[in-house]
Amino acid sequence: MEKAEVAQKIYELVEKSIGKKKLKSSDIQKQISADCGISRDEVKEALKDLVDEGKLIYTYFGGSFVEIPPKE
Amino acid sequence: MPKKYETPLLDELEKGPFPSFVTEIKKAAARSDMAADELGQLEKSYRDKRGYWKHGGIVGVRGYGSGIIGRYSSLREQFPNVANFHTVRINSTSAFFYTSQFLKEMCDIWDQYGSGLTNLHGSTGDLVLLGTNTENLEPIFAEFSSRGWDLGGSGSAMRTLSCCVGPARCEWSNINTLDINYNLTQEFQDEMHRPAFPYKFKIKTAGCAVDCIASIARADLSIIGTWKGKIAVDQSEVANYAKKGMNITEEIVNMCPTKCMSYDGSKLTINDADCNRCMHCIAKMTKALKPTGEKGATILMGSKAPFVIGATLSWVIVPFMKLEEPYDELKDLIRKMWEFWDEHGKNRERIGELVIRKGMREFLEFIGVEPVPQQVKEPRRDPFFFWTEADLQK
Repeated sequence: MEKAEVAQKIYELVEKSIGKKKLKSSDIQKQISADCGISRDEVKEALKDLVDEGKLIYTYFGGSFVEIPPKE
Repeated sequence: MPKKYETPLLDELEKGPFPSFVTEIKKAAARSDMAADELGQLEKSYRDKRGYWKHGGIVGVRGYGSGIIGRYSSLREQFPNVANFHTVRINSTSAFFYTSQFLKEMCDIWDQYGSGLTNLHGSTGDLVLLGTNTENLEPIFAEFSSRGWDLGGSGSAMRTLSCCVGPARCEWSNINTLDINYNLTQEFQDEMHRPAFPYKFKIKTAGCAVDCIASIARADLSIIGTWKGKIAVDQSEVANYAKKGMNITEEIVNMCPTKCMSYDGSKLTINDADCNRCMHCIAKMTKALKPTGEKGATILMGSKAPFVIGATLSWVIVPFMKLEEPYDELKDLIRKMWEFWDEHGKNRERIGELVIRKGMREFLEFIGVEPVPQQVKEPRRDPFFFWTEADLQK
């Protein structure tokens, strides 16, 4: 699976969870690697790109989570 | 700048023989609105007997999930200059060695972009910069990273590692604590800056069992230097200690936790087979006693402050590990521990709490470490060795 495709899956998963559940990085890695049949390292790499591009951010609310940045 | 707030309660903290943080905040407040409002809010907290800080949230620098701790005042109208008062953690150097040039540059950057208040070092071991606003975070990061510095750890991540002064200034260090600290920091950059653990994870390295950085009480993974050989005894120096007034029987022999020493008034004898390498005698008689033979470290895990369960001390996982660059055996062990934690850990559950919940047997099986007697924390009271049906058949 292409890295961009994995990144898209991650973004959709985070988007879908808004208002329902805050996702930890490990939740995303487990979910996407199971859904797509790829290694967790591949998910990690795609997630890293999304964070570096600013499409996703880390937040802290009693634990570290991955979320979509708030609109300005 | 004129005095902004009256602080009668904080003024009390300036009395007495010790240096006062209030005095330092007042100095900073003379030229920083942020420090002045911080002082005002703190006085109000003391008066009202409650805190007015909220922490966490969404602040950080691009690409990082660690190193910035968002802090917000819940009294932003009353103290507008500390409406945002974020903390920046800079990854400290091994054993806190800095050049005066760096310290001057650091202070200049912080005076320009922050409150001017620092904490060297916070209880985390980081070089802590206290109080800046959200707009200044990226410029601060750019200033530090352009000089080769990086942010430390925060949140559910590997925290900034720390170590004792080690062989840099202590001849009793059994391992190169500074190199281990630096090497692991470089190896686990992702784990530090991209939080992916159930909760925080701290690694602290001490060169010997004196444990000057209290790794046994403060780290999820405590690395403590030890040795395998005998303790060499220089009897003439023992005699010198006695001559200078040391009561060797009281202060050394009777204090030995394993009672492996004896003193007949002229000769100190050690039964090395019974010695548990606690370092008490060596630390007291540095000129007379010295460890010999192979050097390495004991690897322990699980200490933490009270949270889900009470405070715990670390307990032994690997009694002796040879620690030489590139420390592959240690790194593999750490990764296996993380894998177990990732697989079974609940949100905000420290690895030590998980091992207590799941049992040491399952943990040891997972990380591939054989059970050995040294791992028993409290013999005859709380054994963690259980036999399966299959074991009983044997």
